[in-house]
Amino acid sequence: MDRAGARVNRPPAWLVAALAAVPTTALALFYLWPLGTLFTETLGADAVADTLRRATTREVLWFTFWQAVASTGATLVVGLIPAWLVARYEFRGRGSLLGAVTAVFVLPTVVVGGAVLAVLPASIERSTCAIIVAHVLFNIAVVVRLVGALWERLPTDLSAAAATLGAGPLDTMRHVTLPLLRPALLATASAVFVLTFTSFGVIRVVGAPGTRTIEVEVWRRATQLGDIPGASALTIVQLLVLGLVLAATGLLQRRWTTSLDLAPTHRRRPRTRRERSLVTAIGLTTAAVVIVPIAAMVIASFSSPTGWTTAGWTDLDGGEIRPGLRVGIDPVAAVTASLRFAAWATLFAVLIGGLASLAITAAQRAGRLLDIGLTLPIATSAVTIGLGLLITFDTPPVDWRAEWWLVPVGQALVAVPFVVRAIVPSLRAIDPQLRAAASTLGAAPSRAWREVVLPMAWRPLLAAAGLAGAISLGEFGATSMLSRSGNETLPIAIERLLGRTGATLQAQGYALASILALVTGLLMIIAERGTGRTGER
Amino acid sequence: MTTPRLLAAVAATALIAASCSADTSDTGATTTAADDSSTASTDAPSTASTEAPSTASTAESSTDATTITLVTYDSFPAADTSLNDALAAFTADTGIGVDILVAGDTGTMVSKAALTAGNPEGDVMWGVDNTFLSRALDAEIFEPYSTSVELPAELVDLAPNGEVTPVDFGDVCINYDIGWFADNGLEPPSSLDDLADPAYADLLVVQNPATSSPGFAFFLATVDEYGEDGWSDYWTALSDNGVAVVDGWTDAYYGDFTWAGGGDRPIVVSYGSSPPAEVLFADPPVDTAPTGVVESTCFRQVEFVGVLAGTDAPDEAQALVDFLVSDAFQSELALNLFVYPAAPTVELPQEFVDYAVVAESPRSVDPTTIESNREAWIDEWTELVLG
Repeated sequence: MDRAGARVNRPPAWLVAALAAVPTTALALFYLWPLGTLFTETLGADAVADTLRRATTREVLWFTFWQAVASTGATLVVGLIPAWLVARYEFRGRGSLLGAVTAVFVLPTVVVGGAVLAVLPASIERSTCAIIVAHVLFNIAVVVRLVGALWERLPTDLSAAAATLGAGPLDTMRHVTLPLLRPALLATASAVFVLTFTSFGVIRVVGAPGTRTIEVEVWRRATQLGDIPGASALTIVQLLVLGLVLAATGLLQRRWTTSLDLAPTHRRRPRTRRERSLVTAIGLTTAAVVIVPIAAMVIASFSSPTGWTTAGWTDLDGGEIRPGLRVGIDPVAAVTASLRFAAWATLFAVLIGGLASLAITAAQRAGRLLDIGLTLPIATSAVTIGLGLLITFDTPPVDWRAEWWLVPVGQALVAVPFVVRAIVPSLRAIDPQLRAAASTLGAAPSRAWREVVLPMAWRPLLAAAGLAGAISLGEFGATSMLSRSGNETLPIAIERLLGRTGATLQAQGYALASILALVTGLLMIIAERGTGRTGER
Repeated sequence: MTTPRLLAAVAATALIAASCSADTSDTGATTTAADDSSTASTDAPSTASTEAPSTASTAESSTDATTITLVTYDSFPAADTSLNDALAAFTADTGIGVDILVAGDTGTMVSKAALTAGNPEGDVMWGVDNTFLSRALDAEIFEPYSTSVELPAELVDLAPNGEVTPVDFGDVCINYDIGWFADNGLEPPSSLDDLADPAYADLLVVQNPATSSPGFAFFLATVDEYGEDGWSDYWTALSDNGVAVVDGWTDAYYGDFTWAGGGDRPIVVSYGSSPPAEVLFADPPVDTAPTGVVESTCFRQVEFVGVLAGTDAPDEAQALVDFLVSDAFQSELALNLFVYPAAPTVELPQEFVDYAVVAESPRSVDPTTIESNREAWIDEWTELVLG
């Protein structure tokens, strides 16, 4: 690409600094400072030495690494097929399919894990294979949304040209489409890698007994063994590995970025009979895969060991189950609280992530650093961040550990890396010639930037907002560390219900999980309706 | 084209936010125990500041009373149960408001308290048990206080210096599926030894003691029975007999257990109070408990309450401890937490007496021994059973 041209048209330095100010401050205040405080207060040389010397550390690190590599590869391969479908074709049920795929992403691990265990043959139940299957199921949505955001706007003339020159569909895919998608693929791969490397619930539910990732071991040391120095040392090991991976993908991503004349959304109805049957087949297969956990969950909400029951739904008002017997979980309050937290978290995440994306594309090296920095929170155990916040914000003027807004701030930190990944590839792909043209026509750099770059950022921004909302609705780790009244959000209420003996309570837990999936799916469908109809520019 | 759309999106987000906060100002009372009396909230000190925006508005209608914070584990109901009603009655009587702060599972709660020792998140902590007691005492998170309420000496003596007060106890026991054993013409097991008997091969599922509290309690039962030198032989025998290990209680009971999970294991590690919960929360209703408890396998978990060192309101905190061991509160424990009250004079609800098992001579291991061996035991167990 024309780097010199890009440089001429880059926004002024003061603007870049101003854009980066909010994300940098948020990161420093709510991530770097608390984590630094925890490390300096608890970590000594002997804890690091002990951790490195322990044989289990190496085993855990190796297992964590290879299962993440395998899971990421499998997720990309499987996820690209529905991503292509959803990005390129308009068909009946497209919105619902997208909603269902995303709903699975936010379902509690217990629910998806249970479905995976129920469907897989007994021989690979509770194995690394089951872990990979569950990871793929969870993260298809990440591929569909992050890759799809760029894919649906790739100009079709290049592949049309390839076809005219006699390339088959697979050749076109390999030599034209995939290379163009590389930046988005890489961004997605790094996100999925971080998610599966730090996997916690899936490992515990579907993994073989005793299988541990670093994340599980950090939790176990910090909470079950009370070994906070050991947990801190492991957190640092995890950060080092993921920091290296992120830095490497960041470098590659810049190198591979090609500027494109991004088209308005290019979805069309399938035309030929072959196209129609292909779309139907892929659509139905994807639907079948994501519907398994959802169906299992809905069925469980009507099941009891003694037969069918509707108590899971009829007792959802938080009232008495028997005279004098109440559970103390108010589902209606949990739904409204979940939505309220999600609204705030989405606002924070889009603000921080949107500004960061603009800064990242505008600045060169500093942008790469900011990108990696903003990804670190999802590369860090929620347990250690939570403990860090607890001992950092404990004295005036920053006595904030009891504040309600720490929950959405924590959720936003988790969502920001996805917001950035949804936006940056599209921003990077904007043809610098457009800005050059604007300058030639007499626009000041800031005006050229405002009128050329900003308008193209809206669609990915809205897709990012939907994803951030979904992440916040389903977030468990950070929420459970930061929330204080026990049953604020749906995932926490679900976990509490499923952790107790009693048929009605189990059914209620699954009913709440169904509601969570429904709310998420609906939000996705609405977001898609609101943004998807018209091509803009 | 795009600007109106953005504005619409922002407006929609703001609307959701606004409508939700408006909604929750009446439903979101999950944070204050005394949810029907705004007298509970006050010009609270920093430790008792509230966590939801909804309570910020009630805090303005301040009275002179103090509000203190009760730190608990996550199975303690935050609102809407008779336990919370009892706390509201305490507030009405004394003018002391009680906020509930749920700190996670017991291990997480103790770790948080150890980190914040001296500048605690609350004033009183509910629920540290004998498997975590030693760690909590080592971290000096409690300020000793002896209540004047009479409690059984064998419970009180677990904390020799009076740092904490026993509030309840319960047993972790082998549960079995009564119907499965009847259908298969097999006698249910009656001892730990039986579980290693080939007659019961491939029938038992336990939780990993490294990640599960009942799993660790059951492990301690075997330490108590076979001794610090003998448990490894027993677990080798269990392994040879096909014991299944899963990560946590939910996976075991609702995944592998024949009765509740539709799994293929009719024997599971659960609680002595699981049978009454099965009856009380059954739908359609049942008359008899579908599961039984093997009494000789029960490990006793005793839970304590204590005043957190560094509290701004020591007098109010002590008053709350006194209330928590009083009959008024103790009588609500059985059906809300599925535990036995520490106060022996309390009358238990009939459905609890009918179905719950309380072991006559439960197993136990000294809290100090537990804490000093925990990590080594778990490592050795992991090597032996999962390695």
